[in-house]
Amino acid sequence: MDTLALQLLNGLDKGGAYALIALGLTLIFGTLGVVNFAHGALFMLGAFCAVTVQKLLTISVKVKDESITFFEAYKEVPYLETWFGETGTIIIDYSVPISILLAIPIMLIIGLVMERGLIQRFYKRTHAEQILVTFGLAIVIQELVKANFGANPIPTPAPDVVAGSANIGAWLGLGNTVVYPWWRLIYLAFAAVVIAGVFSFLQFTTFGMVVRAGMQDRETVGLLGIDIQRRFSIVFGLAAVVAGLAGVMYTPILPPDYHMGMDFLVLSFVVVVVGGMGSLGGAVAAGFLLGILQSFASMNEVKSILPGIDQIIIYLVAVVILLVRPRGLLGRKGVMEN
Amino acid sequence: MDEIKKGVSRRGVLKGGTALAAGLAAPTFFMRNVFGADFRNNPGDGGTVTFGFNVPQTGAYADEGADELRAYQLAVKHINGEGDGGLLNTMQPLALKGDGVLGKKVVYVTGDTQTKSDAARASAKRMIEKDGVIMYSGGSSSGVAIAQQSLAQEMGIVFMNGLTHSNDTTGKDKRRYGFRHFFNAYMSGAALGPVLESEMGKERRAYHLTADYTWGWTQEESIKNTTEGLGWQTANAVKTPLGAGDFSQYITPVLNSGADVLILNHYGKDMINSLTQAVQFGLRDKQVNGKDFQIVVPLYSRLMAQGAGENIKGIFGTTNWNWSLQDAGSQAFVKSFGQEYGFPPSQAAHTCYVQTLLYANACQMAGTFYPPEVIKALEGFEFDGMGNGKTLYRAEDHQCFKDVLVVKGNDNPTSQFDLLEVVQEVPRSQVEYDASIFGGELGPYEV
Repeated sequence: MDTLALQLLNGLDKGGAYALIALGLTLIFGTLGVVNFAHGALFMLGAFCAVTVQKLLTISVKVKDESITFFEAYKEVPYLETWFGETGTIIIDYSVPISILLAIPIMLIIGLVMERGLIQRFYKRTHAEQILVTFGLAIVIQELVKANFGANPIPTPAPDVVAGSANIGAWLGLGNTVVYPWWRLIYLAFAAVVIAGVFSFLQFTTFGMVVRAGMQDRETVGLLGIDIQRRFSIVFGLAAVVAGLAGVMYTPILPPDYHMGMDFLVLSFVVVVVGGMGSLGGAVAAGFLLGILQSFASMNEVKSILPGIDQIIIYLVAVVILLVRPRGLLGRKGVMEN
Repeated sequence: MDEIKKGVSRRGVLKGGTALAAGLAAPTFFMRNVFGADFRNNPGDGGTVTFGFNVPQTGAYADEGADELRAYQLAVKHINGEGDGGLLNTMQPLALKGDGVLGKKVVYVTGDTQTKSDAARASAKRMIEKDGVIMYSGGSSSGVAIAQQSLAQEMGIVFMNGLTHSNDTTGKDKRRYGFRHFFNAYMSGAALGPVLESEMGKERRAYHLTADYTWGWTQEESIKNTTEGLGWQTANAVKTPLGAGDFSQYITPVLNSGADVLILNHYGKDMINSLTQAVQFGLRDKQVNGKDFQIVVPLYSRLMAQGAGENIKGIFGTTNWNWSLQDAGSQAFVKSFGQEYGFPPSQAAHTCYVQTLLYANACQMAGTFYPPEVIKALEGFEFDGMGNGKTLYRAEDHQCFKDVLVVKGNDNPTSQFDLLEVVQEVPRSQVEYDASIFGGELGPYEV
């Protein structure tokens, strides 16, 4: 029971990340019709916003390291600590939450520049060409990040106050065996809030209503005198922000490296396909579903019966769902069928 | 007239010619194995000899590869008589004179293994066929090292392994043309055992998470043999895919498994992620079976320790070498490397530097670059002053035997580099084993 509860939490947590990335992918595909293979790179860029903020906050003065006598070595003391003492240390400790504030405008700008500068030139091209160009773009971004930050993962810890684990078992009267890291719980809550925010934005605002109308029939919306293209560009920026925030918040869970976007991209595409191309609800549902299934498949009890199932479960489920429901769980007729 | 005829008879000319031909051929016939005029990439009368350094310049181990490359460049500098000489000042016995190898200046080419076996082989093949390297070297993954070592045997070019820790490298996959200075998983287990016993006792239940490839398997096997020999039980041993990223689904079963020790048979990025996540799940704060929960990382590296940050504090493991050692060889190397690059070398850099010097020294001792003779000079070679005490290159499996370091993450680091604290220098005699236990065949000298 305890193990099941923990695996469920793991699945929800993982599913939250898949859902956030898949949501952005679906938004872009649903509005602009572009299959964006650079979306994983946006997730990675978000994570590196957190790394950059951490580096900025820890800009240091070099002080000769007297403990090293073999050669001239220097240690780095952050200016913030020199100037503000304990307060400076606390500010550095909160670098990940602070990064969120910075990541929103940066990712919005990156998204808009990417869409205006490159993606818009491929709207009328085939999906194969879109995949090629966005995949190439992802590799360029990845290599730029590697050149600047190196190939090794960079530790970007959560604030000390949430570095430990929550004793969920004690809250629910299950004993002390169901403990779960605070930050992963925060990530889960964060994913839920962002998903709810995106849906609310599309459902309850005029802007969202126009976008939804455009997703249904962009020509008719255009005939009404609405510049739907401009709104879709903003949606691209919004999707970049969602992916970026998912990346920022993921850094305490997984120390970011230049390749992390690619690791998530393939899985997220499977999530989109299983959920149904163009279906926002489908992407979210499939994200959580596949995250949970993947988590349960890696239980030792399951693997003892089906060795290696944890590595193939997502693809196996994708094959079965596409056989039974070719348009995915919540896919609509006519999407990507031409 | 008759006498004159006798002197120039046809038979006489033939006899004389045959004798002359035999006389001219004799030196090369008898000395062929010494000078080896006829072997691949023989530098001949040229003024230079080319080494190849095949390291991960891209991919997950790129930072480690960069440190290895720095060490190789420093080694070449010292062999050619430039810089402060580094370990040439402390190595015993030493045949090198600081004027290159056999009077030839060493030059080098580099390649990128990408930490992929096929890419590493392609790069090494290019070095051998196009650049004419007489020896190549590199490391960071056992799978990649084994692939390159196998190519070395096929091509008749010596391969000096860099960082590779699998028992298989000098076990079932050993090759006559491959040599390893780095220690292996068996030695990690043998060195760790007594320390784990004294620190954690004899009644423990261990849970292994193991990288699913040759190095992970052999390390799990070696550590299990050691811990079970101490009386520990093995609660479970779970294979994890390489580059899993999120290990949460593998860590949560540990919480309720009854295990009180988690052994992470992971390296590089996987180790950083699994250790970070294990700490996040509160494993180190847990009490199980009335004991504090412990985590062990059998193979440590300084670069990994940097990646894992605070999480390594107090965690036990082993390393081949650490920059904080106080012997003359280690200090000489750290000084050279530190002056050149501004920070101390990693264990990967150390082993690569030493391997380059050992190969060059073997050529100098053999008086030739002819591989079979160089191999014979390395086989059974015993040396000192390179940072790990007296060291033997065992002839039977081309594995170096030397002291092994048991370390733990430093609780109170005094500098940014002071990440690992040496708990014990385990003497060579405690980590030695019979070469036959891991099987394998070295193969022929002549290929």
